[in-house]
Amino acid sequence: MLGYTIKRLIQMVVVLWAVSVIVFLMMSFTGDPVFMVVPIDATDAEIAQARRILGLDRSLPEQYFIFVQNMLQGDFGRSYVFREPALDLILERLPATLEIVLVAMAMSAIVAIPLGVYAGANPGRFSSRTIMSGSLLGISLPSFWVGMMLIFLFAVKWRIFPSSGRGDTVEILGTRWSIFTADGWTHVILPSLTLSLATMAIILRITRAGMMEVMRQDYMKFARAKGVSRRNVLYRHGLRNALIPVVTIFGLQLGDLIAFATITETIFAWPGLGKLLIDSIYRADRPVIVVYLMLVALIFVVINFLVDIVYTLIDPRITVK
Amino acid sequence: MKDMTETLLRVDDLRTHFHTFAGTVKAVDGVSFSLAKGEIMGLVGESGGGKSVVGFSILGLIDSPGRIESGQILFDGEDLAKASEDRMHKIRGKEIAMIFQDPMTSLNPLHPIGRQMDEMLRLHTDLDARGRRARCIRMLEDVGISQAEDRLDSYPHQFSGGMRQRVVIAIAMLAEPRLIVADEPTTALDVTIQAQILKLIRRQVREHGASMILVTHDLAVVAEMADHITVLYCGKVVERGPTRQVIDDPRHPYTAGLIASIPDPSDRKHRLDQIPGAVPDIRKLPRGCNFRDRCPRAQALCAEREPDLETQEPGRSAACHFPVEGGGT
Ligand SMILES: Nc1ncnc2c1ncn2[C@@H]1O[C@H](COP(=O)(O)OP(=O)(O)O)[C@@H](O)[C@H]1O
Ligand code: SF4
Ligand SMILES: [Mg+2]
Repeated sequence: MLGYTIKRLIQMVVVLWAVSVIVFLMMSFTGDPVFMVVPIDATDAEIAQARRILGLDRSLPEQYFIFVQNMLQGDFGRSYVFREPALDLILERLPATLEIVLVAMAMSAIVAIPLGVYAGANPGRFSSRTIMSGSLLGISLPSFWVGMMLIFLFAVKWRIFPSSGRGDTVEILGTRWSIFTADGWTHVILPSLTLSLATMAIILRITRAGMMEVMRQDYMKFARAKGVSRRNVLYRHGLRNALIPVVTIFGLQLGDLIAFATITETIFAWPGLGKLLIDSIYRADRPVIVVYLMLVALIFVVINFLVDIVYTLIDPRITVK
Repeated sequence: MKDMTETLLRVDDLRTHFHTFAGTVKAVDGVSFSLAKGEIMGLVGESGGGKSVVGFSILGLIDSPGRIESGQILFDGEDLAKASEDRMHKIRGKEIAMIFQDPMTSLNPLHPIGRQMDEMLRLHTDLDARGRRARCIRMLEDVGISQAEDRLDSYPHQFSGGMRQRVVIAIAMLAEPRLIVADEPTTALDVTIQAQILKLIRRQVREHGASMILVTHDLAVVAEMADHITVLYCGKVVERGPTRQVIDDPRHPYTAGLIASIPDPSDRKHRLDQIPGAVPDIRKLPRGCNFRDRCPRAQALCAEREPDLETQEPGRSAACHFPVEGGGT
């Protein structure tokens, strides 16, 4: 297990290194950032000096070396726009995104897994077919439309939930969270619901497909022949055997939502990563974009690692090597 | 021989049909037999004859599109064909246990075998955790698994096929059921292990005083194990009787054919007399006797009228217009 963890850590470092190269090259070939920091009427001398300060006068390998060195020290440079360390900006926004995404994933799992088990165990029933049609809607409706409909219904028409912002937050471990206040929760619900619909639909369909396969297996019938109740046959014996693909998709969707909650965050004016990213792209705020890309890569790599660990917890035949 | 007067199970005119898109499959169509306490009954016939469906019908494990259409399954006087699902949960495992054909697939791959055994005891006994564990260990030792205590935490994939079937047998016997339905329990195993497993099953059944329905397509197995034989063809009983008598002196031409095709271990070179032809499509059975296309004794009457199961002599019956007499075909 320890050997495996070390091996995976090395793998993660390699992936992150590759991403750092790509990010660095991308940044080097997309415009000259010096114009972002100097005033419009700067003289050639001033520009040259700015270039020197930014290290842009050195060779590419040298620049990359400095880039990585700084990065390892947590220094991604300052945002051109906010004049603050880019990393701090990102880390300040991360909890906001994390909280709506985690709530969305929890909602997806809680709704989709029982429905998927039901639909997979009773494929012929009318109710199962209704569930499946519903899931198609969940997949095909674009999130901006869902978000706007939810705002229209719940915020404008019925006035149950607010339509934008994070509401009250409390500070825990140096960051601010909405999910620990009652008012925060009312703000979390709608964006999370918007984010969750597609994931819900996908997890439902994967769970159903897995269950349909599992239902055919002898051990399900053997469990019934032991006198195990139908519910326990489905959940204790069946679901776990159908779970590997569900966990895979769950991991991918989790990373995906953290990285690309942009549209939903924009609709609900939710001050998370996505909004920051959009703003930064608009203003070519390179340091912020770099941190964002590296963070997303890190998140995917970590999720991937966790998913592999979960596999081994689910299935004893899968061993870590 | 034991006292076999007390009946444990009486199946009466059981009909289990599957309503598929391609038509109704009358997998079991009017099957009757009875089983005394302590008796082992062999249920034989070629693949597709309806043997497994009989077994699953008894346990109430027929799934849609299948259904028990009519008939009674009287277990100790109670009609299981009409029992509620809740009632069946108490009967399955506790009163009637099943051993499946393929031990590679009948255990849940994700649960340690100790847990799969424990589940049976938790459902059907009042034992506490210590007591259940002790019982599981004793049971594993009983079926010939060494270092039983350590093996409780092993997963099915850590056992060989033969060992897995021992575990399955252990699970089936755990709650001391009165009836075991063993559906081809050795068909999927290595020939070398088959005899061991059969011996184990018989010993377990006898020791616990249970009755057993041994489903198999292999008459040689039944000849060694069973007290009575019921021969199934196309969902119907074609012959029934005490094992020795049926084997030595079959009345139905189908039974005679099955017996002729038992390989003789002393004579390996000799070609087996396989029954010619194949089992007909059960969805479109011809009028008359279902066996007539393959039957060496068929006559005009056989195409016209289906033979009823008739008593040939006390305790023996066969469904044939022209039953075999005196051992020859
Ligand atoms: N779930 C099912 N759906 C449709 N037909 C079935 C089903 N299960 C069994 N049958 C049919 O019932 C008949 C008897 O099957 P089975 O009892 O498995 O035979 P055996 O065990 O004697 O080999 C076969 O013709 C089979 O095709
Ligand atoms: S009834 Fe006729 S066809 Fe059928 S088994 Fe007897 S002799 Fe053969
Ligand atoms: Mg069968």
